[in-house]
Amino acid sequence: MVLSVCVGSSCHLKGSYDVIETFKKLIADKQLENDIELRACFCLGRCSDGVAVKADNNYILNVNGSNAEQKFVDEILPLLAK
Amino acid sequence: MIHNRLFDTTVQQIKYEVIKELIRAYDSGDLTDVYHDVPVKIMPGPKASLRCCIYKERAIIQERLKIAMGGDKENPNVVEVIDIACDECPVDGVFVTPACRGCISHRCMEVCPKNAITIVDKHAVVDKEKCIECGRCTQACPYNAIILQKRPCVLSCKAGAIKVNADKKAVIDNDKCVGCGACVYQCPFGAIADKSYILDALELIKNSENNTKYKVYAIIAPAIVAQFNYARIEQVVTGMHDLGFHQVVETAIGADLTLDREADELKEHGTLTTSCCPSFVKYIHKNFPELVKYISTTPSPMVMAGKLIKAMDPTGKVIFIGPCTAKKFEYKQDIAKDFIDCVLSFEELQAFLDARDIDVSSLPDTDFDNASYYGRIFARSGGIVEGVTDLAKERGFEVSPIAMSGLDECKKQLLLLKLGKSPYTFFEGMACDGGCVNGALCLHHGPKSLTDVNKYGAQAKEKSVEGSVKLYELAKNSAKTDE
Repeated sequence: MVLSVCVGSSCHLKGSYDVIETFKKLIADKQLENDIELRACFCLGRCSDGVAVKADNNYILNVNGSNAEQKFVDEILPLLAK
Repeated sequence: MIHNRLFDTTVQQIKYEVIKELIRAYDSGDLTDVYHDVPVKIMPGPKASLRCCIYKERAIIQERLKIAMGGDKENPNVVEVIDIACDECPVDGVFVTPACRGCISHRCMEVCPKNAITIVDKHAVVDKEKCIECGRCTQACPYNAIILQKRPCVLSCKAGAIKVNADKKAVIDNDKCVGCGACVYQCPFGAIADKSYILDALELIKNSENNTKYKVYAIIAPAIVAQFNYARIEQVVTGMHDLGFHQVVETAIGADLTLDREADELKEHGTLTTSCCPSFVKYIHKNFPELVKYISTTPSPMVMAGKLIKAMDPTGKVIFIGPCTAKKFEYKQDIAKDFIDCVLSFEELQAFLDARDIDVSSLPDTDFDNASYYGRIFARSGGIVEGVTDLAKERGFEVSPIAMSGLDECKKQLLLLKLGKSPYTFFEGMACDGGCVNGALCLHHGPKSLTDVNKYGAQAKEKSVEGSVKLYELAKNSAKTDE
């Protein structure tokens, strides 16, 4: 799975870097390096719902530093299981 | 009559009008009559307003159009002389005016290091053969009766690249020119101009089919902050989305990356000159070949920002927008050409917005924040020094830095370095006085710009370069897995 975190201005201001750090750590902890490829991109077009994250073709929105772990467990991991 | 609204000078205004009309013609889908229609539109007549006759005015507009469409393809220089616009300014050198009172102290004569002044009939007379135009007599005369007349273009060119030919026209020596654009801004007749690549930019945007075939990114130089005094940058960014850019990114994020690498390079080599100003780099190559070994091999912020974007989006196109003529040649060099697809100026951006009738002051804001404090202050002289000093402290090595602003100062310090007499180890060089914020293609020039840059730097969310560096590592890794 390709997991893209938006680092456009709007998402950056809402904490993209925190989200990236959290995801990096989770991927390492859960040893998912071969299953998830973490990427950054400039603008997913969902500026008002940032931080915007895209897991393959699924949008996961309103992510931030404090809910990133929960979103990862609740919304991203199930997609991986499919 | 042309009214000046947005710029320092009418010369800039005319260049802008030409580019604006060219964009409108492009948008209409037909450029065939552009050489006829645009001159008439800009100089409607029937009376001449700026030159001897309306036909000359229009002929000059035609020449400006040619430069706006890329200029002389045979000439590799991004800066060109428009022969018929050159007003053949006098080149008298040192000249004694009738204000000479025929005094008896003869300070002018005393101060002349070449004995070029004699007193004839009580009045000073300059021997042109001996005179070296140092200007000391002009300072010494208590009546200010002696003046040093040099052409503004010659005076502005600190690289000594402008000569006057037998027809009294200005000529640029490409072997000496470093492309800084000082003459472009200083020529009072607008007879020297920078080539425009606006048509390339228009094609890139059009062929993207609304960013569906590929995405078009604009990267803006941090000097932007001092430009649009009638609107906020966030509004300009909204306007740029309306022009068809997918995303607008701060070039300063590239400056963060440049700074990070340059600090490491300095630690390793001990002595370093900066690589972000292409005119400064060219100046060293042409005038101090023995110092080339000290030039940082780190790509400039423009190139690093382009690299970052292309690592994330390999099919994306990147257009740099800044205050700089030199970036217009830099992007075609080997180090840059894979990462930057086109370069525009702030003047051209203004023309682009106005050609499409986008009034940015009426638009809502779009967030604009990618880079750190340090990346943003690259826009002014002393910015890199400040960044590298802090990183050196963090990384535990000594640095003795100097910020050189303007080529005259660069020359002085480089000479000391060449002679082994410099106390410094890190040399920040910028061809423009004050740095990019006073770049030749800025809409405005002035002291206010400096305060604007500092304020803008302080507003960045990120206070250190670390975030940008991590992002670059991440982008590089994902780019590799694609291969």
